[in-house]
Amino acid sequence: MKTPVYLDYSATTPCDPRVVQRMLPFFSETFGNAASRSHAFGWTAEAAVDEARDQVAQLLGAHPKEILWTSGSTEANNLAIKGVAEMYRPKGNHLITAATEHKAVLDPMKHLEAQGFEVTWLRVDGRGHVDLAELAAAITDRTILVSLMAANNEIGTLHPLAEIGALCKQKGTLFHTDATQAAGKIPLDVEAQHIDLLSLSAHKMYGPKGVGCLYVRRKNPRVRLVAQMDGGGHERGMRSGTLNVTGIVGMGEAARICRTEMATEVPKLRALRDRLEQRILAQLPDAVRNGDPDARLPHLANLSFPYVEGESLIMGVKELAVSSGSACTSASLEPSYVLKSLGLGDELAHSSIRFSLGRFTTEAEVDFAVDRVVQEVKRLREMSPLWEMVQEGVDLSKVKWTVH
Amino acid sequence: MAYSDKVLDHYQNPRNVGSLDKDDPNVGTGVVGAPECGDVMKLQIKVGDDGKIVDAKFKTYGCGSAIASSSLATEWLKGASVDSAAQIKNTQIVEELSLPPVKIHCSVLAEDAIKAAIEDWRRKQSAREDGAGAGA
Ligand SMILES: Cc1ncc(COP(=O)(O)O)c(C=O)c1O
Repeated sequence: MKTPVYLDYSATTPCDPRVVQRMLPFFSETFGNAASRSHAFGWTAEAAVDEARDQVAQLLGAHPKEILWTSGSTEANNLAIKGVAEMYRPKGNHLITAATEHKAVLDPMKHLEAQGFEVTWLRVDGRGHVDLAELAAAITDRTILVSLMAANNEIGTLHPLAEIGALCKQKGTLFHTDATQAAGKIPLDVEAQHIDLLSLSAHKMYGPKGVGCLYVRRKNPRVRLVAQMDGGGHERGMRSGTLNVTGIVGMGEAARICRTEMATEVPKLRALRDRLEQRILAQLPDAVRNGDPDARLPHLANLSFPYVEGESLIMGVKELAVSSGSACTSASLEPSYVLKSLGLGDELAHSSIRFSLGRFTTEAEVDFAVDRVVQEVKRLREMSPLWEMVQEGVDLSKVKWTVH
Repeated sequence: MAYSDKVLDHYQNPRNVGSLDKDDPNVGTGVVGAPECGDVMKLQIKVGDDGKIVDAKFKTYGCGSAIASSSLATEWLKGASVDSAAQIKNTQIVEELSLPPVKIHCSVLAEDAIKAAIEDWRRKQSAREDGAGAGA
């Protein structure tokens, strides 16, 4: 077993070797520009892009013409949210999202807010769910978009897409979902789930970094967007820029593998994740599981370890590549806003670790991770004044701390 | 984040982890910080009759730099006089451990913990003198 053991598949995944194989010829043999209409180099590239479009569409139950290539989910989310807001402004200026979304949704929403749009930020309960009655009540005839993620990147909680989609459809507002973390982990079907716009990123599904897509519904209703990138009019004018053919071919192959192997891969992931979680909880009974124990991603576990601080724990388990909170926030000292939205005290939010397993994770790696975490938590507890106080029967919530 | 070798060494082999009897009149205890801020330090000193610190112990909830700062502090405290211990500055800790700017608060916390422990010991000493006075 090689160390460090990679347990951060929610941050990014390695390319599947089959994906790399498919991509290789497109670097320097079939290198044409998919927009070149006048020669075979272009036609070959275009055919490869079309095949990939078809693969991604199949993963989503969509039509290939409904797939727009982007540079990843950040761009797809920006295009969906800002593109809809600009196009539908005459209808209304109200958008709805939740506090636990990824920054790539929150920040475009804030951007719109600064421009005079109104945004409703739904609260979530202790497991990360929005209240559907609250969502229904928030939708007015001025509401143009609801954006709620399929699966949360920190805690793995799954939103009930079909119910949210049906509600939006009934109320006549568009529904966008950031499905970056969900692809290949849960069934996605834009028809059954009434999804109008959906973002995907290749590098979270064993494809390359820097490529993704936005699904945009073509009928019932036909969704229109204002392009956020102007230029040569690629992607039917909705996203200009020469297509990243190599990356797109990789994403297509990644989508094909996710679709054809999900049924066998997911139970294996879930078994490994449950093994990790159960073994840690059995040895550290006061560890806390964050998120929803049932409606959640199969490969992710987010655990808090009371009385030990997260950064020191991650430093102690340096043979494991795991993250505290989301990768984007790990450079700051702020506890995760997602965990805080669940109502977790700063103290538990400070002591959380996200383990995310993947296609190449082995049982030996999981067992190694369990041993290292348990060992290190115990060592740090012996060093922790909080643990000592709790052993002495002190109620930590009653202590008067000297806050800096 | 990259840690200096000294921080790593203290983190992996912390010196003087543990507790002294907080009810001992010769022991001073300082507890500073707050769980919601991500660090709490408990630092204890035991002072001999000659005013020299004979033992020092710590327990810290916090990042690696906080653990290293308190571990280093106990090393410096052992054998020092109370008066010279009171002069320890956080900047000395920053320098010794090569702490980056975002971790300076860990050294401040360690200085505060030293001061709080000394203060607690002084309070116990004067209470004892008062007590002795009243008894005579
Ligand atoms: C839920 C979610 N949305 C969006 C993103 C950003 O995706 P990308 O890296 O493709 O821009 C991520 C990845 O960090 C994510 O987890």
